[in-house]
Amino acid sequence: MSVAAQYALSRAISGRARDVLKGRTLLAVMAIAFGVALGYAVHVINQSAVRELASGVALLSGAADLEVRGPREGFDEHLYPVLARDRDVQDASPVVEVDAKLAGARATLQVIGVDVFRARSITPALVGRGDDALDTLRPDAIFLTRAAARGLGVEPGQSLHLQAGLQVATLRVAGYVGDDGDRQYAVMDIAAVQDRFARDGRVTRVDLRLAPGVDRAAVARRLQASLPAGVHVAPPATTADAVTRFSRAYRVNLDVLALVALFTGAMLVYATQTLAVARRRTQFALLRTLGLSSRRLVAGVLGEAIVLGIVGAIVGLVAGYALALLALQRFGPDLGAGYFEPGAVRPSVDAWSILAFALLGVLAAVVGSLLPALDASHAAPAAALKAADADVVVPARSRPLAWIGLGAGAAMAFLPAVNELPIFGYLAIALILLGGILALPTLARALLHALPVPRHVPAALALSHLRATPGRFASMLAAVVASVALMSAMAIMVDSFRDSLDAWLRVMLPADIYVRTAGDTAFLSVADQQAISALPGVAHAEFMRATTISLDPARPPVVLLARDIDAHDASARLALVGASMVPRVDAPPPAWISEAVADAAHLRPGDTLTLPIAGRDVAFTVAGIWRDYARQQGSIVIERKRYAASSGDATVNEAALWLAQDARAGAVRNALLAYAGTGRLQVTTPGELRRLSLATFDRTFAVTYALEAAAVVIGLAGLSAALVAQTLARRREFGMLRHVGMPRRAIGRMLAIEGALLAATGVIVGFVLGFAISLILIHVVNRQSFHWGMDLHVPWPSLAALGAVLIVLAAATARLASNHATGQDAVRAVRDDW
Amino acid sequence: MRRRHFLTLALGVAFARAEAEVRYPDVVAGAALAFPRDEGAHPAFRTEWWYVTGSLRDARQREYGFQLTFFRSRPGVAEASASAFAPRQLLFAHAALANPAQGRLAVDERAARAGFGLAYANEGRTDVAIDGASLVDRHGTYAAHLTARDFAFDLALTKTQPALLEGDAGFSRKSPAPLDASYYYSLPQLRAQGVLRHDGRSDDVSGVAWLDHEWSSRLLMSGAVGWDWTGINFDDGAALMAFRIRDAEGRAMWASATYRDRDGRTTTYAPQQVSFVAQSHWRSPRTGTDYPVAFAIRAGDIAVELDPLMLDQELDARAAIGVVYWEGAVRARIGGRAVGRGYLELTGYGKPLRI
Repeated sequence: MSVAAQYALSRAISGRARDVLKGRTLLAVMAIAFGVALGYAVHVINQSAVRELASGVALLSGAADLEVRGPREGFDEHLYPVLARDRDVQDASPVVEVDAKLAGARATLQVIGVDVFRARSITPALVGRGDDALDTLRPDAIFLTRAAARGLGVEPGQSLHLQAGLQVATLRVAGYVGDDGDRQYAVMDIAAVQDRFARDGRVTRVDLRLAPGVDRAAVARRLQASLPAGVHVAPPATTADAVTRFSRAYRVNLDVLALVALFTGAMLVYATQTLAVARRRTQFALLRTLGLSSRRLVAGVLGEAIVLGIVGAIVGLVAGYALALLALQRFGPDLGAGYFEPGAVRPSVDAWSILAFALLGVLAAVVGSLLPALDASHAAPAAALKAADADVVVPARSRPLAWIGLGAGAAMAFLPAVNELPIFGYLAIALILLGGILALPTLARALLHALPVPRHVPAALALSHLRATPGRFASMLAAVVASVALMSAMAIMVDSFRDSLDAWLRVMLPADIYVRTAGDTAFLSVADQQAISALPGVAHAEFMRATTISLDPARPPVVLLARDIDAHDASARLALVGASMVPRVDAPPPAWISEAVADAAHLRPGDTLTLPIAGRDVAFTVAGIWRDYARQQGSIVIERKRYAASSGDATVNEAALWLAQDARAGAVRNALLAYAGTGRLQVTTPGELRRLSLATFDRTFAVTYALEAAAVVIGLAGLSAALVAQTLARRREFGMLRHVGMPRRAIGRMLAIEGALLAATGVIVGFVLGFAISLILIHVVNRQSFHWGMDLHVPWPSLAALGAVLIVLAAATARLASNHATGQDAVRAVRDDW
Repeated sequence: MRRRHFLTLALGVAFARAEAEVRYPDVVAGAALAFPRDEGAHPAFRTEWWYVTGSLRDARQREYGFQLTFFRSRPGVAEASASAFAPRQLLFAHAALANPAQGRLAVDERAARAGFGLAYANEGRTDVAIDGASLVDRHGTYAAHLTARDFAFDLALTKTQPALLEGDAGFSRKSPAPLDASYYYSLPQLRAQGVLRHDGRSDDVSGVAWLDHEWSSRLLMSGAVGWDWTGINFDDGAALMAFRIRDAEGRAMWASATYRDRDGRTTTYAPQQVSFVAQSHWRSPRTGTDYPVAFAIRAGDIAVELDPLMLDQELDARAAIGVVYWEGAVRARIGGRAVGRGYLELTGYGKPLRI
């Protein structure tokens, strides 16, 4: 390369570098920064959540090598001495854990009953500290973590009221337990928890420390063989893993959303770089003739991209950390989705993820610039020297690539989950999006040629201009198509979900009043059930016992719902999907499993299912599969009479009441509260429950809405920038048009129509792609991630409104740009540059 | 007497409150002890212990001291509980091995609530255990078993003499206040035989041991900071138990001794007849506490000098029960001539006992 060329290149690049903080370039930097910020924020939040969970489990299980866990009600305490005496067990610490309801409040408190003599060597974080060591044994003493004491507003020496059954247990806060971290729990003597919260004869967990040198896995296998049904032995980390795994699909979902933001950023870089390269074609051509090799030219353009990427990544990382901090403080580590225990979490930062996201940002910028750079290097210098705004050349090989992408994407949508993650679903979305964008020139040409040439001169001019330059047109549209596609896909999915949820709530809440006791410690006895059924105004009452059972220690426990249900008319109470059946008289009794259980255990109606109830395996027939949006870990409904017969437990936690014809809900509610005492029961109407559920839904999807909005803003900004830029670049053309007598207003109209046509094409292609992607989100990603189905529901009005707004804004932007571009003297404009 | 530090300190002021929750039986004079019934547990009383100390020799005549103690406590809480975990009875065990070749004690301790057959103190005969550490009376021979991290022993302790009733026929006063007393008997001159495992080897051992069994509902009298106790098996078959309770100035606030000669004649000595005079001190390099590890003890006209088997027999139980004390094997001499072996317990020489 000659010295002159080198000088010229460095001028061209540094001139651009000075540009970095200006206009389009600034926009590109912002887009990268936005993508990196979102990606990094989501990553930090996820990491913090997982770390917090792991450390919480580590704290509460201490030095235990193995944990023996059972269902929520626990298991026979006589297993404890058997385990304690085992030859490989050095220490065994029995634990009774309950979620105790606070009297007079909705909240529950995790109360852990321990034998202080056993816990101190295995789980020191479960040993209370107070002025009086004997308080660790006293039945009225409770120790709180500092965080729990703060949360409950009590101090040592004060009283704490917890609900047991419908009674109130008054406890004395005897001191603190655990560290100064953010975990909220309480510790009592194990006997006191058994006595006060009706856990007689049962423990929920036994922590084991093994003799030195024994093989943990072998001991676990040997012990497991002797445990009753539903009781599992596993290393404590398994519990954390189960929860982590449970939330993994959700976290991956968020990660993918964040990457989508980055992808949109890359599209914007592509749009701006394409135009920048197009504008400098002559400059580059000159450089080529001066002896600059095409490789150096590509390197130069990519160098620009790297600068963009680095600046964007730095801004993005800082913003992302701030965002994560804010989100953790405001919404908690699962952004309000309810996967983790509430409580403040510190953001988790490590050098590797910072580096990774910085690289991702740079990569997005480089990828976005790659095609334009290649394009610049391929242009024949002589032709490029003459025609300053010739069309962007789209490499011919991108056309087959487009169809391959779309085809492969469609095919991948039919592949199963990988390791319980919808990897192929995400890939399908990415391929369809990329394929769609690569196919844009072809699609655009087809769409534009389908339109008749109007008589209206500005419109005809606009159309013919667009027809003549489909490549440039496509490059301007890439960002808007990507963002519209993602936005509409997300909107369709969320709306389908919300609509299905609403329909589901209607099926699931047929009664007039719902009564609930919160936590493990509040319940309705048989006498309470009779009294409630007999309240004036109550025509019919159905009761439900909710508990959890563990089918597999590597998975979170499944919710077991024992309820009053008519086996011949289950669809009156459950949102059944697909076929259902009534077991034969001689077959095991019916169980209705949620989609999550059906997916995990590969069960279909008619199959036999074994459930551990009260330490024994009880067989059931799968009578149907139902949709359960409330319990993602999976749930199983069985008849309450069967549960009571198998477990001897006739208490319930929920009641559904149907009112007599002339009864008023308010009066019945008052009668209920008068019966139980204020604050001991949650009494709600289906309407309230629906509002609450939908509000929770909206909160959970708030992040999604925010991402959607961001994607649209990026797309729109990209389109506007491209319109302004190319309008300015076409000043010569406008000068010529004015020269031949076209009024400025007509030019403005022409540009506005061009803008509108552009936007309309983008919106239409975007919607089509978005619809395809929404189908994948609904039927592949959601189903494989969360194991729940939903019915397609397209929010036409809001999509139409959004499309209209985009088109109008694009037209207005183009019109505004034209005012600027045509403002100067026509003759000067024609002479411009030459 | 003795060893109540363990309860008073471990559970601290708890007992003041416990009074309100439960009524413990009083220890009264004149209640005749009956065996074997009274060798078993007395769960109604606040506190009780079985305390075995002894001297062992292996085949190569190496000498060891050992100690195995079970404490039972009724803290007076959860008395109404229906739970099998109810902490109505707590059990604690202490064990130590004094090996002069090591120069320091090897120790073990454990604590548990009674229940589930993992920890218990049964009535009717001596039968106590915590997590495999046990002391069981099998027709006049006690089986003492312990497996600790650093050492283990399995000993058969055979009675060679009837029980030695301390104080007034087993009614042992601890202060001028008449109710401040315990039921207390000793089994001196137990013939010990068994296996001792330590330092990776297993030795057949034999020797002589002493069992104290005491139960009470009372605490240490106010103003007391500690006590000195000894139990000596004389080579000729005689036995001496002596203790004193000290105030902050080191003066004896109460003292008592019982001597049974080789012919079985028992003499009890009143406080003013008993004296402890320190002969030499040893300072713990760990806690800086000075312990009078050698004593000249006088009970009536009996005068015995005690020298420790090894100097460092300090027992650091701060982690478990919050006290550090010295409890070790001693040799007894009269006029320089070796006459027997025993154990010496020295408490309250560091920080005053908190009650």
